[in-house]
This record gives sequence, structure tokens and C-alpha cells, in this order.
Amino acid sequence: MHELSIAISLIESAEEEAARHHATGVRAVHLRLGPLAGVEKDALLFSYELAAEGTSLQGSRLVIEDAPVAVFCPVCRERRPVRSLQSFCCATCDTPATEVVQGRELEVIALEIDS
Amino acid sequence: MSEPRLVEVRRNVLRQNDVLARELRERFRAAGVYTVSLVSSPGSGKTAFLEKTLSRMGQRHRVAALVGDLATENDAARLRRSLAPVAQITTGTVCHLDASMVRGALEGWRLDELDFLFIENVGNLVCPSSYDLGEELRLVLLSVTEGEDKPLKYPTIFHTADVAVITKIDLAAAVEFDWDAALANIQAVRPQMPVLRVSAKTGEGMDEWQGFLEARAPVSSAPSGGAVKP
Ligand SMILES: Nc1nc2c(ncn2[C@@H]2O[C@H](COP(=O)(O)OP(=O)(O)OP(=O)(O)O)[C@@H](O)[C@H]2O)c(=O)[nH]1
Ligand SMILES: [Mg+2]
Ligand SMILES: [Zn+2]
Repeated sequence: MHELSIAISLIESAEEEAARHHATGVRAVHLRLGPLAGVEKDALLFSYELAAEGTSLQGSRLVIEDAPVAVFCPVCRERRPVRSLQSFCCATCDTPATEVVQGRELEVIALEIDS
Repeated sequence: MSEPRLVEVRRNVLRQNDVLARELRERFRAAGVYTVSLVSSPGSGKTAFLEKTLSRMGQRHRVAALVGDLATENDAARLRRSLAPVAQITTGTVCHLDASMVRGALEGWRLDELDFLFIENVGNLVCPSSYDLGEELRLVLLSVTEGEDKPLKYPTIFHTADVAVITKIDLAAAVEFDWDAALANIQAVRPQMPVLRVSAKTGEGMDEWQGFLEARAPVSSAPSGGAVKP
């Protein structure tokens, strides 16, 4: 399980961003997470609390927003969802998908801070 | 207490690793070394495949390897029998390699004296998927003994890899490996993924693998018989 390593990187990222915004405290961290990032949501939520302990983010919430997989379908010529990770094809026309445009995200998108 | 303020940021959580990986990739390209990493579940045959790869490719190219292992030096010792330079990365409790570990292991290396660098990741089909190592090509290995449905169970690792390598094909008949199902499953999770088939035991498929790699790598090979070991 590497979610603890990820949570530690997440805390460090959030701390740096909070400092850049002259925060005196952080209430919540908002994260965008795609299924292709290789990170399990529940394990990350659990690890977050552990990793935050003893840091300036202790007691803050982690809010995870899903970034579902989207591909560019060459037949539809549109951005489309896929059937599933196990059936990686355009959900509209079933063309096998190779061009991923969303779903790898593992990024901090917002902070709720006191300042 | 005053009301909290919502500030938008946009920051990749693994930015530090991504920056390091990008630096490594640039160094590899500048030095003309083609870097290949290998991921698989424990025991799929990464080290055996690399042993064969190093000793065969070492006859025509300057090759080297890094190998990640939680605790032991065993894999590094096996790979050193090929006479190629090998560095061990002991990860302790960490279940994957990251770019800083690769950079650390390469300290003092003359990359311009290499044509190919192979990196064996820790045996794990989940954790390595998040970390870019600066490699040019990532292989995911899948042995015939672990079942045809591995791709369906671990689609993400197949997504971060460029090529699937089915290993231990000498055992395929004994375990009644279903080739059609395996290939269909790989294509279902990662359409158009190239698939190679090898046996490190019999050497079957190793020529095709070497040809595949040489065709992709824009590196100059040493003149035949003139391989230089750094
Ligand atoms: N029959 C057969 N056995 C193989 C082949 N490749 C590897 N093995 C055996 O499979 C076992 C595991 O092989 P390794 O090369 O150590 O596997 P690995 O992926 O490096 O393992 P970890 O580093 O522990 O994850 C060993 O007993 C090998 O001898 C093969 O092509 N054919
Ligand atoms: Mg090994
Ligand atoms: Zn379509």
C-alpha cells in the first residue's frame, strides 16, 4: 500500500500552498482523483489522517472529487466516457480507446484556509 | 474564528517526483541511454528475464541495471552474473521505486557509456503505477502461471505501461494457459498494447524482444564484439 506515501506528499503540497497564501490554518484540502492515478480513495482518506498528525494540517478534512476517465474517441470525434476500466472503449460507439484525456489526476485543486 | 476562505490551487501531488523524473529522462536522452523499467507481481520473472536480457544484449550493447527490492540483495547478485554493472536499491518498507531512488542509485555513473539501462521495480502491481521513473519504456510482465485475468484485476498498472510481456511461456501448456483470453483481456484494458511472449528458461521469444527494443531505441550500438563495459 502506497497511499501513506501519497498522503505525505499531499500534506507537503498542501502545506506549501497554504504558506503561499499566508494561511494561519487549513480546514480542508480538495483533491481531484482519477481512477488511473493508481491511488485507492478509501485508503487515501484513511492515510490522510495519519499523515496529517503532528503537522499544521492535523484535524483538516480531505475532500476528494472524482475525475472519471474520459477519452477522445476518433470515431465520434468527441470526448467520451469509457464503458469501464475493464472494457476500455468509447461508451457511445464501442471503439477501443487509446487517447486518455482525463482520469490520471492526482491534484490539489483548492484549500479552505484561515488567514 | 473568522470564516475560512476557499483558495483555488492547481498542484500535482507527485509534482516533486514528476520534476525529478523529467530531469532523469532528459539526462538519459542527452547521454543516449534508452531506459526500460519492469513491473509485475512478485515472482512473475522480472529478474530471470533481465538476466537473460543483460547477457544477450550485453554482447552487442553496453547494458546496465538497477534493481529494487524490499530487503535483499539477491536479485542484484543474480543480475551481476551477467557482468553488467548493477546497482541495488533497497526500499525497506516502501513498495515501489520513485525517481529520487533512481537518481540516488545512479550517482557517480557515466550514463554516456551506456546504451541500455534496465530498472526492475519492486514486485507489486499496484504501487509502482503512480511513479514516473524517467524511463522511456515501461514493461508490465505477466506470467502464464498467474492466470489470464490479471489485466482485468489491475487495469491501472497496464495503463501506465507501454508493453505487456507474457513470461514463463515454457509452462503455458502445463497450466493450460488460455492465450486467447489473456490477449483479449490485455486489449480490453489497454487497446493496442503491444504484447511479447518470452521464456527466460528456454530463451524462446528473446530474439523478438531484443529486435523490438533495438527498433525502438535510437541509440548507437557498439560495433559487434566491441561492447565496452563502463
Ligand atoms: N519455468 C520458468 N520459470 C521461470 C521463468 N522465469 C522465471 N522463472 C522462475 O520463477 C521464479 C521467480 O522468478 P524471478 O525472476 O525471481 O521473479 P521476479 O519477478 O524477479 O520476482 P521478485 O523480484 O521477487 O518480484 C524463479 O523460481 C524463476 O526461476 C521462465 O521463463 N520459465
Ligand atoms: Mg526480482
Ligand atoms: Zn465513439
